[in-house]
Amino acid sequence: MKEITILSGKGGAGKTSIAAALASLAPNAVFCDNDVDAADLHLILKPDIKETHPFDSGSLAFIHQEECTNCGICKEACRFEAIFTNNAGYPEVNPYQCEGCRLCERLCQVGAIRTTQNLNNQWFVSNTRFGTMVHAKMGPGEENSGKLVTRIREKAKELARENKAMFIINDGPPGIGCTAISSITGTSSVLLVIEPTVSGLHDAKRLVKLVNSFQVPIYAIINKHDINTEFTATVEHYLNNNNIPLIGKIPFSELFVESMLHEKSLVEYAPDHPISLNLKTIWEKISDN
Amino acid sequence: MQIAIASGKGGTGKTTVSVNLYYFLSQKYNNRVQLIDCDVEEPNDLLFFPQAKKEVEKKVYTTVPEIDKNKCTFCKKCVDWCEFNAISIVKKLQFAEVNYELCHSCGACFEACSFDALTPIQNPLGSISDYQTNFGAGVVEGRLEIGSAMQTALIKNVKKQADSKQHITLLDAPPGTSCPVVETVATANYVILVTEPTPFGLHDFKITVELLKEIQKPFGVIVNKAGLGNDAIYQFLEANNIPLLGKIPFSKAYAENYSRGELFEKIPAVVENAYHSIISKLASIIN
Repeated sequence: MKEITILSGKGGAGKTSIAAALASLAPNAVFCDNDVDAADLHLILKPDIKETHPFDSGSLAFIHQEECTNCGICKEACRFEAIFTNNAGYPEVNPYQCEGCRLCERLCQVGAIRTTQNLNNQWFVSNTRFGTMVHAKMGPGEENSGKLVTRIREKAKELARENKAMFIINDGPPGIGCTAISSITGTSSVLLVIEPTVSGLHDAKRLVKLVNSFQVPIYAIINKHDINTEFTATVEHYLNNNNIPLIGKIPFSELFVESMLHEKSLVEYAPDHPISLNLKTIWEKISDN
Repeated sequence: MQIAIASGKGGTGKTTVSVNLYYFLSQKYNNRVQLIDCDVEEPNDLLFFPQAKKEVEKKVYTTVPEIDKNKCTFCKKCVDWCEFNAISIVKKLQFAEVNYELCHSCGACFEACSFDALTPIQNPLGSISDYQTNFGAGVVEGRLEIGSAMQTALIKNVKKQADSKQHITLLDAPPGTSCPVVETVATANYVILVTEPTPFGLHDFKITVELLKEIQKPFGVIVNKAGLGNDAIYQFLEANNIPLLGKIPFSKAYAENYSRGELFEKIPAVVENAYHSIISKLASIIN
């Protein structure tokens, strides 16, 4: 079983559109949306949710003012600057700054601080017309996105083993922070989607450094290659120098948005279009690899 | 005052809008405008200022523990106090190790240890640089160390460079809707949401609106790449009484300028007019 994780560094490079296209081409695969922060793959795959699970969204400290002696120890100790003095002159926790480390609770001499664990994140197992999908929804502004990615990837692997699936396709998050790191750890390969822009290449380079530190093989697609053919050559040169196989180039096309409006992948919406044939070749290269 | 530029979905045009607002607002407010790139995972703002001069760069570190096995009694109190499972101790094997990828640098373990077995050491978090540009009061960039999962901690540090003497500080936010975005917009007086009129754009926009309502931030919207997709975004804005600051038409020629890193040359008239109209609307809202 191969686990393919689609990443780009820069947002808007086309990860989800390509993930949806590959989903409609991959027989016997499990799909997993690792972009838990702003998940979009379900808008095309239209999952029929079979299981819903709550997930830890981090702990939060609360200072009970009536028990507080206003000694100031908690405010002093908090490394996240999450405790401020409220209008009544007492320390109060800013819930959006609190990391849930419980240090303030442990140091409070009078036990006036209590921490509660929240379950505002959710993850789901669903059926789609292409196969099983595991996905998640984070509560707005919640924490633990990295752990949530790890959890849904574990579930996707478990289901892939049960279904004897050949592939897991992960639609990854933008960036190189905690969710990207959780998406890369232990995956079979990374499919890098690059757009030929100065920012697209800059961001891809940082991502490649991160993926290399995990020693995961990478192959690349240049998306919207005709936006700047000269810069596409620069990107190809970079890939070549870094021994990253280029397995396809896709032109800019409003057909991607159009198929999205019809809640279809481009391959479903326009099966005979040259881009669909192009995507089929890309999938063959991925599955033969 | 601080204005954050956020989006939910990536690639909708946060950077383009931030850099352009820096340009046009600098003209309007006599260069008393500062831009801070808070997308520390993938900072892009400076790619559009090839002539910018770096004035200062400072490295930023987090304080993490190192265990001195000669002093450690393997009592595991630090393990109990660590909420992030970053410390492993096996007494039988005299094993004690910190996983720096999981450590949040909260300091609880130092307080837990009664045997002085933990030494604070510096773990690289990234860098913060100040740049002087041809116009405006300058651009600050936060750049996360590759491999660090502590982007929010770096954003907190980067934002300390906000210069309250300037008329406006623009904060270019990372994509998404979780903690790094909350950290960026936390101190902002106003938030500009940049979206695109596509189903993905609208879906992620709705989540971001939910977040901003929850944290009670005033906000307005710029629809970028107008002309692509459909009208669902405008219907949503109207139904929810969300102010539309302006539309920037999709232009393949401008996308080409962007791809080269040239946003201030050959700005199509429709795009320039869109920004002027956005800025006058913005001025009437924030004053």
